Amino acid sequence: MTLQHIEKTVGIGRHEGGSGTGMEPLHLLTRTSARILSRYGVLLGFLVFWQVAASSGWVNSAVLPPVDTIVAALWKGLIGGSLLGDIAISLQRAGLAFAAAVVVAIPLGLVMGQARAVETALDPILQLFRQTSALALYPVFILLLGLGEASKVFVIFWATLFPLLLNTISGVKEVDPKLLEMARAYGARRLTIFRRVVLPGAVPSIFVGLRLGATTALLLLIASEMIGANKGIGFQVMNAQYNFQIPLMFAAIVILAALGLIANQVLVVLQRRLCRWNVSAG
Amino acid sequence: MPTARGGDVTIRDLSKSFALGGRQLAVLRSLNLDIRSGECLVIVGASGSGKTTLLRILAGLERADGGAVAIDGKRIEGVGEERAVIFQEPRLLPWLTVLGNVAFGLEVRGIAKAEAEKRARFYIALVGLAEFSDAYPRQLSGGMAQRVGIARALTVQPEILLLDEPLGALDAMTKISMQEELARIWSEENVTMVMVTHDLEEAIYLADRVLILPREKGGAARLIDVDLPRPRERSESRFVRYREELLREFGLH
Ligand SMILES: Nc1ncnc2c1ncn2[C@@H]1O[C@H](COP(=O)(O)OP(=O)(O)OP(=O)(O)O)[C@@H](O)[C@H]1O
Ligand SMILES: [Mg+2]
Repeated sequence: MTLQHIEKTVGIGRHEGGSGTGMEPLHLLTRTSARILSRYGVLLGFLVFWQVAASSGWVNSAVLPPVDTIVAALWKGLIGGSLLGDIAISLQRAGLAFAAAVVVAIPLGLVMGQARAVETALDPILQLFRQTSALALYPVFILLLGLGEASKVFVIFWATLFPLLLNTISGVKEVDPKLLEMARAYGARRLTIFRRVVLPGAVPSIFVGLRLGATTALLLLIASEMIGANKGIGFQVMNAQYNFQIPLMFAAIVILAALGLIANQVLVVLQRRLCRWNVSAG
Repeated sequence: MPTARGGDVTIRDLSKSFALGGRQLAVLRSLNLDIRSGECLVIVGASGSGKTTLLRILAGLERADGGAVAIDGKRIEGVGEERAVIFQEPRLLPWLTVLGNVAFGLEVRGIAKAEAEKRARFYIALVGLAEFSDAYPRQLSGGMAQRVGIARALTVQPEILLLDEPLGALDAMTKISMQEELARIWSEENVTMVMVTHDLEEAIYLADRVLILPREKGGAARLIDVDLPRPRERSESRFVRYREELLREFGLH
């Protein structure tokens, strides 16, 4: 029996006492719509304002096309399939780089967070790499790896690596030493302490890294696709602008925003499942 | 629960000092003490007199500079399965439920999860938290969390229970009921208890003997036998006299 259970019972009791049974569905409806309005009202207002401003000629609709035109372009691109190939290649680039960053950064971060010597040795070069913008290094990667897929994936990987690595390290270091001592007092060995205390303790911070990493990966995806690509969402943004297909350009931007939102939401859900104990995750 | 058990502690010439701003601060100076199996020894003393240090050495979490501690004649090196520590804070793992936390001590000692949880449930019930087995630490009050910490220590069925101000952070009401609970657990579990406290009434309520650590250099540790029937009555005149005697030891009376 958890506390939530008790709270729920209390909530129901108060509800029933409050109003007549006939009012219930209507009450619920207004309550739900009020919640939706308070959450999405401003966004909705923004879209309406855009639509009105663009279609009534307050702004140049050639540069800022009305919302419905953008939606139509998006629909055509998705249903007609002309944008699907771009989405696929972009997802492949970002996904590959992100996965590689996870595979490298999390184990390395777990080691660095625990082994003082390794961290001391690697920290200066890490700080140097981190402060050097990945975009500034992109030409270098192109020289080394060519203008193809490899340099694109690598620059995304590079930029994603650091938020993941640094958050994993700090997650490990911030595990309460009193908990580590408690485990030691019960006779836990190093590996057990790692598995049962350090790792679960670092998970919330690792998720911060994953979410930052996902954002970074998408950012670098666009940037890399704007240089020397002939496919991909980032390429479509540039290309549509170049060909003055402005609704298509905005459609591609909307897709990018949607990818970011989806990636973040996936991580939030995953975090909630893994960190049920953590209030801030809920 | 088991009847005749070990848990005789012999402390010989124990000393410990810390480096503090370039000089050595002697905290324990050649301390000698025998703790009898099954007794409840309560350690009191001014702040900084080395109570926690002594307890941590007994737990094996700290190394002494000199001297030795032996349990049933065997010299201790580090932590051991015959001992369990209850810290001043509950020190619960936030990602485990009450059940998971209480079973944790057994699990790290290699007991299978199912068996560990079975034993854990017994002690969760003993500290009165059966209904909260599936709650997470953040859903518990301070007193409840501390009881989980106590259950975790009891679950490994130690011969010696080491407690460092386990009730220090609790409010007066909870504290008194927890003292009663500790007294009950101590008599039921037949465990040797070594407990640090700041609370003289708590010391007299629980202790067979009270160890008073000296306040200043060169002073000697003192032992006071508390010869009162159990369960003890705080308002009883002999109880009050013990309290006065302890206060005198601290030079407060
Ligand atoms: N790890 C450490 N490093 C340096 N000095 C320490 C360390 N641990 C304890 N000390 C010093 O040893 C002395 C005794 O500390 P200890 O924690 O044992 O006191 P205590 O009797 O438990 O005090 P309190 O009643 O305040 O808890 C203190 O002066 C403290 O500064
Ligand atoms: Mg102390």
